[in-house]
Amino acid sequence: MPIFIDRRLNPKDKSLGNRQRFLRRVRAELKRAIQEQIRSGRIADADREHAVSLPASGTSEPHFREAKDSGRREHVLPGNRHFIAGDRVPKPGEAAGTGTSPGMEDSEDDFRFVLSREEVLDLFFEDLELPDMVKLTLKEILAYKPRRAGYSVSGSPTNISVARTMRNSHGRRIALGRPKREEIEAILRELARLEADEGKAPDKALRIGALRAELDRLERRRRIIAFVDPVDIRFNRFETLPQPNANAVMFCLMDVSGSMGEREKDLAKRFFVLLHLFLKRRYERTDLVFIRHTHTAQEVDEETFFHSPQSGGTVVSTALEEMKRIVARRYPSREWNIYAAQASDGDNLAADSEHCLKLLRSDIMPLCQYFAYVEIIDERESEIFGATDNGTSLWRAYREVKQSWPNFDMTRIAKAADIYPVFRQLFARQPAQRRG
Amino acid sequence: MSRHAPAGPLLFSGSDWNFQTLSHAYDVIEAVAKEELGLDIYPVQMEVISSEQMLDAYSSIGMPLMYRHWSFGKHFLHQELLYRKGGRGLAYELVINSDPCIVYLMEENTMALQALVTAHAALGHNHFFKNNYLFRQWTDADTILGYLDFAKGFIARCEERHGLAAVEAILDAAHALMEQGVFRYRRPPKLSSGRQRDELRERLDYEERSYNDLWRTLPRPADGSKADEIEQAVAERKKALNLPEENLLYFLEKNSLILEPWQREILRIVRVIAQYFYPQRQTQVMNEGCATFVHYTVMNALFDRGRIGEGAMLEILRNHSNVVFQPGFDDPRYSGINPYALGLDMMLDIRRIATEPTAEDRDWFPDMAGAGDWRGILLDAWANHRDESFIRQYLSPALIRKWRMFLLSDTANERSYGVASIHNERGYERIRSGLARRYDIGASPVDIQVVDVDLLGQRHLRLQHKVNDGILLEGGSCDATLRHIQMLWGYEVSLEGVDARSGATLYERSSRDVAC
Repeated sequence: MPIFIDRRLNPKDKSLGNRQRFLRRVRAELKRAIQEQIRSGRIADADREHAVSLPASGTSEPHFREAKDSGRREHVLPGNRHFIAGDRVPKPGEAAGTGTSPGMEDSEDDFRFVLSREEVLDLFFEDLELPDMVKLTLKEILAYKPRRAGYSVSGSPTNISVARTMRNSHGRRIALGRPKREEIEAILRELARLEADEGKAPDKALRIGALRAELDRLERRRRIIAFVDPVDIRFNRFETLPQPNANAVMFCLMDVSGSMGEREKDLAKRFFVLLHLFLKRRYERTDLVFIRHTHTAQEVDEETFFHSPQSGGTVVSTALEEMKRIVARRYPSREWNIYAAQASDGDNLAADSEHCLKLLRSDIMPLCQYFAYVEIIDERESEIFGATDNGTSLWRAYREVKQSWPNFDMTRIAKAADIYPVFRQLFARQPAQRRG
Repeated sequence: MSRHAPAGPLLFSGSDWNFQTLSHAYDVIEAVAKEELGLDIYPVQMEVISSEQMLDAYSSIGMPLMYRHWSFGKHFLHQELLYRKGGRGLAYELVINSDPCIVYLMEENTMALQALVTAHAALGHNHFFKNNYLFRQWTDADTILGYLDFAKGFIARCEERHGLAAVEAILDAAHALMEQGVFRYRRPPKLSSGRQRDELRERLDYEERSYNDLWRTLPRPADGSKADEIEQAVAERKKALNLPEENLLYFLEKNSLILEPWQREILRIVRVIAQYFYPQRQTQVMNEGCATFVHYTVMNALFDRGRIGEGAMLEILRNHSNVVFQPGFDDPRYSGINPYALGLDMMLDIRRIATEPTAEDRDWFPDMAGAGDWRGILLDAWANHRDESFIRQYLSPALIRKWRMFLLSDTANERSYGVASIHNERGYERIRSGLARRYDIGASPVDIQVVDVDLLGQRHLRLQHKVNDGILLEGGSCDATLRHIQMLWGYEVSLEGVDARSGATLYERSSRDVAC
């Protein structure tokens, strides 16, 4: 009789450590692949599992190996049909060397595998320089909270509701007429008195007998009708409820005039992705609206938004007007939390900035939960503009908005690491809201 | 014969299994196997695992315990991908050569499959592990798990102390040399110091006895002496280091000048594991053949005795025929010779020769033909052969005809293959030795040896590659491996390719030329 061991309940991910080591080794390559996918994919898909394929280089395990194209070999093969000794068999083409070329090892190069959401986000966050707390909150999937939901007849002993159980028990005892302790004690006292009495009452023996019978009956009844019966027991019932979430809509506004190149658009996209991640975590439903503008604005789908170029001048207020119109038509601010993210290179028609300022102040900021503006600038420019408040006319106009509206944030970004500061306030506010 | 045995109750019915049925089935199967085949096995430990755990086990080369390394993660991802895509099923079982013999059963298997697996692994493989001379000689079945446990812990501690990167670098280099990290031949036993003293005295005695003063008067050659001395110094050096040395990992572990003790220990761990797997690689056909033959015989015997229902038997047969499926060379499914199929067919053939020999068999196998005792012949073959010798000795013309084997000669720079031999009178011998050579482990991994090193001078490590049949090394991976060796050795390493027949130098590579 052999020994049997059931290992099915052992921890499964025995090779998790190996997986992590492998991912670390190919980190650079993975990062490139993920950035590429996020760049070309949809914003809403950024935090999914991603399948990546890796080239064999960098993960090869070299060893001394025979070169296939040298020397003389002999192969023994089964299934000869019509060959006789001395026949010549043409070799298959160099590329399709399967079939008749024996000893083929299955190669492991260029294989695809799936990265989990966590791993994808880790790679995505890498050069955004997010604080760890923020990374943690972004990765966290929708939180559930236990909430009282009445009582149930089954549950774990820790959840017994004592008050409810005792109430049931009490009612049952009354209904079934469970003898009380006082009744029994009264009979016992009576018995003791009779037995102690020296008098010769004629019915004394009779009386004692009746009392004893009554006592027996009561005691038996007490035993049959339990003090707490399993049917009395109630448990507190809890339901796990998702944290109350509402709907949010995120407006992505972007200048797509000629001055916005690939680099600018890529930075803008990361900025949008980050905001979307944040919203997605807080709201059950997050809509995305893409508005691009040159000197006119229009709502477009995501593909067009990032990838089709347009030429023309730059009038920022058109985008704000369009946003206002869409909000009025589709996203009443009573039902929707409205977030806006605007990316631009700061160019604007000089006279238009005033108009923007007015629009923001009077119409848009009262509707918005948050408005984030990023100005994407050259790395060289960042040294000049970085610290000063000088800048384009749009920048100066927006600075005035910032002074009066705490939920407005703006920054200049020249590289990916600059993006996060725009959101600092957004993330910082989080704990305060939770407490409240 | 067993058809007349009294029919017992069915071992199981339906596809569900539980531990009681498993245990009962094992007892019956063991009894039948011992009775029918006379097997001799280690005690068995059966472990039930899920498919994910099977994947885990795959990625650590089938061992239940393994140290951590990224390459295992890579293999895991690869296997997982194949499995998920449905490109490859998982094995139904895994068996570890240890004492007790550990057999992993997948929980998804049906009861019929579990019975099949029990016969295959717990008896077939188990018997082979316990009795084959290679396993007896080369591996310590009772200590391997303990050793792996030590290795895992040791490497984890090293990672803590020296950092992941440092440990990984050593492991990468050691893995690259795994194939050159085994002793292929048994070492001569070390002489005891007493014997050494005796030998020294004998030698001195001999010199005294053969002393002749006349030799002193011979004039010495003026320039030859110098060359002689150098040659002698080289010879002595080689002798001191026990060169040439085929086990590169062993040589580096013992003689590298730059390695720290923990690094040497890691090399040793990799070397021990490589050595543990060495006999398995030499006995693929025999090991799988033996296990397949055992399950085939035992399952049929059980069916004949009425212990297995017809439905279960059909399922078993279906799985059996999947396992021993051998497509022809021009079939798109062809991926080499199936060791299960070849092993089983050869063993069935041995049984046939022993019991119903033809005239041809009497010619080819005079000892065996008609001997009748096929069990004895098989037990002897399982114990005393490896693939190469087994095929060389037992592959019969009948089987060559059945498989329609042919020998293809492949010269690299020609545009076509030549058919050298087919299954006819003139071809049998060549096909047989050709197939045997394919399984000859002595020929298959690249033969590279340490030939010389000057520890006092440049510390230049010289390796020699014996080039057989003009088969050279692949440039890229060869250079990368040389870099790994240089990392372990610390000084220049060069590799010289020498033709095994003519002794001519074919190529030379040095780690100096290969940019690091």
